[in-house]
Amino acid sequence: MSRGAALAEGKSNILQSVNAALADALAEDEAVLVLGEDIGDAEEGGVVGVTRGLSTRFGEHRVRTTPISEQAIIGAAIGASLAGFKPVAEIMLMNFTTVAMDMIVNHAAKLRFMSGGQTNVPIVIRTMTGTGFGSGGQHCDYLEAWFAHTAGIKVVAPSSPADAYGLMRSAIDDPDPVLFIENLPTYWNQAEAAPSGYRVPIGRAKVLAEGRDVTILAYARMIQEATPALAQLAEAGISAELIDLRTIAPWDRETVLASVAKTRRLLIVHEAVTPFGVGAEIAATVGEALFGQLAAPVKRLGGAFCPVPFSKPLESAFAPRTADIVAAAQTLAAHL
Amino acid sequence: MDNRFSPDAATQLGIYRRMALIKANDERSRKVIRSGRLVMPYYSPRGQEVIPSCISACLTDDDYICTIYRGTHDMLAKGVPLRDLWAELAGRVTGTCKGKGGPMHITHPASGVMVTTGIVGSSMPIANGLAWAAQLKGDGRVTIANFGDGAANIGAFHESLNLAAVWKLPVVFVCQNNEWGEHTAYDKTSNVPVAARGGAYGMPGVRVDGNDVFEMYHAARTAIERARAGEGPTLIEAMTYRFFGHVFGDADGYMDKDRKAAAVAADPVPRFRTHLIDSGIADEAQLAAMEAEIEAALDDAVDFALASDFPEPVELTRDVFGEEVAA
Repeated sequence: MSRGAALAEGKSNILQSVNAALADALAEDEAVLVLGEDIGDAEEGGVVGVTRGLSTRFGEHRVRTTPISEQAIIGAAIGASLAGFKPVAEIMLMNFTTVAMDMIVNHAAKLRFMSGGQTNVPIVIRTMTGTGFGSGGQHCDYLEAWFAHTAGIKVVAPSSPADAYGLMRSAIDDPDPVLFIENLPTYWNQAEAAPSGYRVPIGRAKVLAEGRDVTILAYARMIQEATPALAQLAEAGISAELIDLRTIAPWDRETVLASVAKTRRLLIVHEAVTPFGVGAEIAATVGEALFGQLAAPVKRLGGAFCPVPFSKPLESAFAPRTADIVAAAQTLAAHL
Repeated sequence: MDNRFSPDAATQLGIYRRMALIKANDERSRKVIRSGRLVMPYYSPRGQEVIPSCISACLTDDDYICTIYRGTHDMLAKGVPLRDLWAELAGRVTGTCKGKGGPMHITHPASGVMVTTGIVGSSMPIANGLAWAAQLKGDGRVTIANFGDGAANIGAFHESLNLAAVWKLPVVFVCQNNEWGEHTAYDKTSNVPVAARGGAYGMPGVRVDGNDVFEMYHAARTAIERARAGEGPTLIEAMTYRFFGHVFGDADGYMDKDRKAAAVAADPVPRFRTHLIDSGIADEAQLAAMEAEIEAALDDAVDFALASDFPEPVELTRDVFGEEVAA
């Protein structure tokens, strides 16, 4: 979480990658717009600076700071998209999508279908979230399952700078609404930068490490927790495969099912609470497709089923950690 | 008054044609539902004919409107073809939306009907976006956001009017105050006229008799020209009265009988018809011919709709996304 550390040669972080993707899209296509609270340079380019520099470079008519009015923000994005623009609307925090759900769920997601394909809503809704900054119960929920449960909207959650760039470019290209989830605590983690123009296809997971004994499927910050688990499991003689789901809806069945068919054991890890979550959907699909081939029941790890707590020890215990992932993977591997 | 916009004779005839079409379409809708030939949720706009008829007389085909579930009057006035409309009402594949939207979700971009929402208040935030697009392109288009008095008390109203004023958007907010928000009277839900709220956002707020063609035309044209000139949004509160209950089949027991009888007695459609004849703009035979033409077009549209095919089940997975995506 080293905020503001200088970027090493060839490296980027998620914050800079999203910024670069927006800048490249704005530069290449006049139809691309950016709107949201505090996003202009007069307001310091967003509360953490993701949009810094964009309004100066592309003008306040295309990169437009809005009042604190989430329904009006998404509504403006929808309307402009119906008239040919490709707006990227920022809802500062994922919890604030709750006050714009009518616009997102009843309108953005449904207008293509309800119009019989006459109109479409090519918008991107950027939003950040994630535990770790002590913000308590209303600023860091992972609510992706709500949106994945809605027909007509796609949901992506990159965990690396290159994926953040490539998925943002694909989301802007996409002819339908895409919810783009950014993780706040990992914004400043550095890794390989994406080349300009890079695209990551929506709906494609990425195998980060190959293994034989157990598949660990995670996304967003949980990749940071799962990665160190691989070496610890290897020490215990367990070969784990790590998959970054990257797109939550529509998720990459092919990659996940192929992996689990090989390892016969699946551990799903997300920061969102477990009940009725993304893990439940994937577990059910894997059970339907691979019943009889599994060596162990599919295991889910998720946030505790409570509002996110404030007190540091409680907050730290809320979401799955590396030790939890190691323990769960070992339990699965014990099923022969 | 010299500075008032007044519709010329041809414009008045065009306004009456729209009003007569809306009235006839409403009567036909209720008749067809009662006959059992078509089952649909139906929110009658009867009594509110003047408002969209005057607004559309000031718009071009390129201008946009957003409307709501009680919106067939807005759609017809803007020019949605009867066959396409009726086929959609009947859920047929030949409808505006292939039967997938239905009465509460008509879209017809060719006539500028961009969104019809079934959610109270949701026409306004989207209308702002259409207006923003016109502002960015500089194409002079104006967007009309239609809604009812009930919608003036939902948060989206406040957010939308504020944003439109701050961004000086070419949008006109048209509150069709028919005195009823579903089953609840307007005076029970607000202490001030809707129009009075315009000033709170720094835009003109005007209350007009929405059943008077001359009042309504002046207000609509003033607001539309202001928007087109880049001077920003206007809030119009057009006073009218809903002749029927909230939805077809609602016995409207909550509506005051005397008030309703008075409103129906002052029916704006025959009133304007009389004016056209008295002022020599049209004669009885001319208007009767126009009305007969409308009835014939409705006969044709209903027959076309009911003879059309229903969409195939494969449509369940089409138009969810641009490309079909497995669930």
